[in-house]
Amino acid sequence: MDSFRDKLIPVTTILAGVVVLWYVFAVILNAPFQRDMDSRANATPGTMEFVGKTLSQPKPTMPAPHQVAVNFFENTFLRPINSNRSLVYNAWVTLSSTLLGFAFGTALGIVIAVGIVHVATLDRSLMPWIIASQTIPILAVAPMIIVVLAAVGITGLVPKAMISTYLSFFPVTVGMVKGLRSPEIMHLDLMHTYNASRAQTFWKLRVPASVPFLFTSMKVAVAASLVGAIVGELPTGAVAGIGAKLLAGAYYSQSIDIWSALVAGSIVAALLVMVVGVAGRLVDRAMGGRPA
Amino acid sequence: MTGTSPAVVAASKLGLTFQTNDGPVQALSNVDLTIGKGEFVSFIGPSGCGKTTLLRVIADLEKPTSGTISVNGMTPEQAREKRAYGYVFQAAALFPWRTIERNVALPLEIMGLSRAEQAERIKRTMDLVNLSGFEKKYPWQLSGGMQQRASIARALAFDADLLLMDEPFGALDEIVRDHLNEQLLQLWARTNRTICFVTHSIPEAVYLSTRIVVMSPRPGRVSDIIESTLPKERPLDIRETPEFLAIAARVRDGLRAGHSYDD
Repeated sequence: MDSFRDKLIPVTTILAGVVVLWYVFAVILNAPFQRDMDSRANATPGTMEFVGKTLSQPKPTMPAPHQVAVNFFENTFLRPINSNRSLVYNAWVTLSSTLLGFAFGTALGIVIAVGIVHVATLDRSLMPWIIASQTIPILAVAPMIIVVLAAVGITGLVPKAMISTYLSFFPVTVGMVKGLRSPEIMHLDLMHTYNASRAQTFWKLRVPASVPFLFTSMKVAVAASLVGAIVGELPTGAVAGIGAKLLAGAYYSQSIDIWSALVAGSIVAALLVMVVGVAGRLVDRAMGGRPA
Repeated sequence: MTGTSPAVVAASKLGLTFQTNDGPVQALSNVDLTIGKGEFVSFIGPSGCGKTTLLRVIADLEKPTSGTISVNGMTPEQAREKRAYGYVFQAAALFPWRTIERNVALPLEIMGLSRAEQAERIKRTMDLVNLSGFEKKYPWQLSGGMQQRASIARALAFDADLLLMDEPFGALDEIVRDHLNEQLLQLWARTNRTICFVTHSIPEAVYLSTRIVVMSPRPGRVSDIIESTLPKERPLDIRETPEFLAIAARVRDGLRAGHSYDD
């Protein structure tokens, strides 16, 4: 808990700074439109009144923090959870495909890593392709995946999850290759003196040694999964999900909606990374980790 | 040590050359050595003399490039496959995610012993190294000396009658080292195993061994083999006796003869 208190003040300070900057930019960015409106209405507001107006436009260029907060609060707590406009509902839609894609991606990443560590041919042939796969812009690939899968009759959750998988397997593969190769020479020699089989060395030495690496890379992977799920919702004309909210907000210039969907996405991301972190710490404790 | 009982380790004209980027390095050259059952043999010499390499060849962790070597009458590889020896490294090399008793159980699991048999052996070897009561602790909760004792327990837990120890107490302080040396001798007397012990400490080698193999570097070779005349029963203060000091002086002379630090 001490570490929490140690972090509280710096984090709050940064947050306050961000909010102040945000207000400043909201005034600056919304001012031209407000001036335009005022001149048409022949109004000559005082400075304070003008600033107040820039912070309460219905479709501002840059919504003010309190507008986003109100919108977020209304759409999170005041709507029925099964409503199409509820952020909880939309976040849940995105979360479910994130989790499915993350599960696929982690499993795939581990399988590829095991292959790379144990088969020399795979080590040489696969790794360059895996790295190349991540240089392709996901925005370009996502519509193709959705369209191709729809053509073979797969629609709904799975295509979106595939995009999450595509983004999340990579950090897991890289982390696990490193983790499975992390045992010290001495430990490997020890297993050799016992005449341990490859399978025994794998399960009793390589796998436990790789666990910390797995959780570190899963933290990156789960955030990437969320990005994948949101990106997957953009080209599909998805009716629900944080990505769909972002797209609808952009269509109808509902900038406040866009920002509150972004906030929802960030909260989901933070929660996901936190859950993976806590799971990692629990596993570490169960494996005799020294309390920090 | 000669006669009907076969040698535990027999090396003849043994050589090992490593191919490095700077050209070949002769780690071992022309090593002739026979170790009989129940002996306690120390290998002593300056760094680079090949003492660890020799131990690793016996353990089939390195392959010799010339000469022959047998362990229990077999090749080192066959001996390793038969789990003929326990190896104790410079560091304890315990798995940090296993408790002490699960660490000791590691070779037993690999060799497929039943749970009951494992438990019985864990108890016996933990008693042997005076670690009873620490079964459920993780390695980081133990001192360096206790960790090294746990790693010795691990090497004793299965029925290898050859124990290969590579500077096991090198990283420990003098007081702990004295204590562990005493315990190791008692253990050796009780279990009647053959021990090959690499060290760079003259008192340690003389105190422990029935035979001291003095080695010298570049190329790594055996420069002298000294039979100890000390009795099997050795209290710590035997190290002040003239007999002990005479053997230590011989070892020192042997080391000096093969010394190549002067250049």
